Amino acid sequence: MGTTASQLGKDLLSEYQELTFLTKQEILLAHKRYSELLSKEDRNLTSVPMEKVLSLPELKSNPFRKRICHVFSTSDMKDGSLTFEDFLDLLSAFSDSATLEIKSHYAFRIFDFDDDGTLDGGDLEKLVNCLTGKTEDTRLTPEEMRQLISNILEESDIDKDGTVNLSEFQHVISRSPDFVRAKSLFCRTA
Amino acid sequence: MERDSVFHNDRLGAPRNPLLDQLPSYQSLLYRRKPSASGSNKRRGSSRTRLGSSSSGKWGQTTLARQHEEKLRTQTLQRPVRELPKPMAEKRRDKDQRLEQAKDLSSWSQWKQSTRRTLRRLKEDGFEMLSNLELWRGDIHVIEGMFGTGILSYFSFLRFLVLLNFIMFLLMFGFVMLPIITAPHASGNTTFNHVDGFECSNYPSTSRRGLVVFHQHITDLLSGAGFLEQTYLFYGYYKVETIHFPKFTYNLPLAYLLVTIAYLFLSLIWIVKRSATGFKRKLVQDEDRFQSFCNKIFAGWDFCIVNDSAARLKRSSLLYELKTDLEEERIKQKIADRTRKEKCRIYVIRLILNLFVIAVLAACFYSIYIATNFSQKAQMTKVNFILDLIYEYLPSIVITLANFITPLIFSLIIQFEDYSPAFEIRFTLMRCVFMRLTSICVLLVSLWGQITSCQEGNCVCGYNHILYPCWESRVGQEMYKLMIFDFIIIGAVTVFVEFPRKLIVDYCDCGLAKWWGQQEFAIPQNVLEIVYGQTICWIGTFYCPLLPAICTIKYFIIFYIKKVTLVNNCRPATRPFRASSSNFFFLAVLLIGLALACVPVTIGIAQISCSQACGPFVNYTTSWEVLPRTVSQLPAGARTFLLAISSEAFAVSLFVITCLAMFYVIALAGAHKRVINQLREQLVMDGRDKRFLIQKLCQAQRTCAIISTGAGSQSHSSDRVSPSYRSNSGVFLIQPPPDSATHV
Repeated sequence: MGTTASQLGKDLLSEYQELTFLTKQEILLAHKRYSELLSKEDRNLTSVPMEKVLSLPELKSNPFRKRICHVFSTSDMKDGSLTFEDFLDLLSAFSDSATLEIKSHYAFRIFDFDDDGTLDGGDLEKLVNCLTGKTEDTRLTPEEMRQLISNILEESDIDKDGTVNLSEFQHVISRSPDFVRAKSLFCRTA
Repeated sequence: MERDSVFHNDRLGAPRNPLLDQLPSYQSLLYRRKPSASGSNKRRGSSRTRLGSSSSGKWGQTTLARQHEEKLRTQTLQRPVRELPKPMAEKRRDKDQRLEQAKDLSSWSQWKQSTRRTLRRLKEDGFEMLSNLELWRGDIHVIEGMFGTGILSYFSFLRFLVLLNFIMFLLMFGFVMLPIITAPHASGNTTFNHVDGFECSNYPSTSRRGLVVFHQHITDLLSGAGFLEQTYLFYGYYKVETIHFPKFTYNLPLAYLLVTIAYLFLSLIWIVKRSATGFKRKLVQDEDRFQSFCNKIFAGWDFCIVNDSAARLKRSSLLYELKTDLEEERIKQKIADRTRKEKCRIYVIRLILNLFVIAVLAACFYSIYIATNFSQKAQMTKVNFILDLIYEYLPSIVITLANFITPLIFSLIIQFEDYSPAFEIRFTLMRCVFMRLTSICVLLVSLWGQITSCQEGNCVCGYNHILYPCWESRVGQEMYKLMIFDFIIIGAVTVFVEFPRKLIVDYCDCGLAKWWGQQEFAIPQNVLEIVYGQTICWIGTFYCPLLPAICTIKYFIIFYIKKVTLVNNCRPATRPFRASSSNFFFLAVLLIGLALACVPVTIGIAQISCSQACGPFVNYTTSWEVLPRTVSQLPAGARTFLLAISSEAFAVSLFVITCLAMFYVIALAGAHKRVINQLREQLVMDGRDKRFLIQKLCQAQRTCAIISTGAGSQSHSSDRVSPSYRSNSGVFLIQPPPDSATHV
């Protein structure tokens, strides 16, 4: 599987290059970072528990870090642990060369806090609270929250069913000029 | 917010409505993978499996669903595997499956596919190599990580200007200086402009003779006079008429004029191309609110932020932005509710304040005019070193002072005009932009006034040849001085204001420090600074051909100065500047600068008679005259063609055709807008129809079930089945009263 400290095989490397948006250096760098996460643990583990992933500096200050881990995790136990391939998927989705469709798809899943396939009022409220902060004085008042959510739905809910589904979300994102810029992550640190 | 309980029934413990899962539109949500307990969901996870006839047998596998599956499969086949939003294991399976299918194809298509793949990989490697060559890539990434994308856009704008100036310098160098330099080496024969004996062509040498004191060299360096005047730096040095190379003759005046026009065009095209995406979005978005809320919420978090304090700041700035926007909405509501009396009062106040603003501007322009005249007169007499320098730089000093005071006045005034907060910011900014860029034009106009005014009233040579034997060099010197002074001011402000401020705020605990606070990197003011410098460059390049090179070096150094001050002295702005709209704002201001720069250049080329004592246009009345004279020397065919293009008939017909095209496009846009609105309404109605039908169907199913379980009693079908999505009477909440009748 290549998660040991040894080098990645050449065919594995080219396969990863084909299946993700990462370049060769980025994949090798990711392998190094992933091995560092594993280094203190048992070498035979194939996946890194969520707490370790959350200790990465790029994810530490991100308010959506737990959701990111849950979305990209393919483990059956739903505990947010990431295998190396999950990790590569994560980096690929957030890299500069990922398409808008991939980014918007994963962003939708990250924002969908209750995993039901649509962004409804509860999801949006949790999203806004994640963005503004957890403490009392950094939240919006309930009145403002209501106004904000109704504004968002007015802008993005096309079929007026009170929720934002994936195609509506992608439609809004395609006209949002800041999105691609903001959703590009790290992998530049040498 | 009320949720439509038709869909979300899990909380109630009732099973999910399996009808919804079988809808074709839900098939596209491939990702919804629940644990294998719920069979239908797992089936949906891989698009290849069929729909089993799980729940209501009537539905089962519909042809529609199958067709949709096929369509998805062919769609995914055409895209590269990596663009599928699936985890790695599934992508690998897809890839293997495609390879399997590819084996069935003929060898020709196999070869085609493999070449396509290798070409794509080559292209990606090539792009990666090119992007590594980008200037300042690492620095800008660091800035992005620390301060986010708003400030990043400022620095990439600066990088764009460095490149633009460098290309301008290459143009000038390649077409004007290179032929002169290489003429002796390429056995070219240069003919110079010598019109001797003529009064107007008397050009006294300004180089200093005898023992030169050291500080005079510094004065010369800073003011472009003395030893610098007769160098490649200024227009006056290019006294070449034509260069006869062995194979062809090179018409230098024509080249000089055409390069000027070319660099203005090149700047225009490059800026427009760069702003095209942002502008298109602003045009297309005819919605009132420009999707600002969705943009802020969905794209709000900057994933580039890596440290905690920046994250905290980002949070507070997002909160501030949201609150401001919501506040703005409330204010707009308030404005719409204004009574007529209030409106009159506000308009009167605004009129008075605008007149006041115009008065302030007029006062500033007049002081610039006075300063220029005084400076020109004072340059004739030399007093001592320091005073001379001050007189030389007097216009620049006045301009800088005016640009320092007027923004403060404007931001004070705008508070009384009672606009919405966003409009206030934009309007103040526009006023500052106008002030800054027009002050250069005022300087030039007052200079030209001096140049074309003679003692006897009517100038013999068309300009004042006694005081200004080579007036273009003089104008070039003024532009040179403006540029140098601008650079000195930027450096001085950084060293003498920003660093001490940081020291005071850090180490001193007095009230002054608390009131002043830490420096914020104010993006609009910084952008205005560099656009001001760029406008000077555009205007001055005709008179001072090496100005783009100086500008390149200046912006290069400014990048590092700004980076150092940003990293050491600044904290991120509490009022965030949105990256997307800021790109458009930068380029819009730059375009205004370009437009304002074209006016003096055009007047200088076409109106004012060029000096007879220096420069390439000695034998022409105005610089523009080169073109008609060259055209008249062209062969007959080309000449008639060019004359036809510049005739009135052609211009009028071109204008009419452009107007027609514009009307057509506007009508098309209007038609599209109407169609979009109709489609939106249709979507809403279709959504309601779908929910209504599902409700009815589920009701029918349940009444069937009730009847078949032998309930026997007749129940009234609820007439309250309203298609409204806000209705509380979700299907599973309707408990038909036991004694009402049902219509089956």
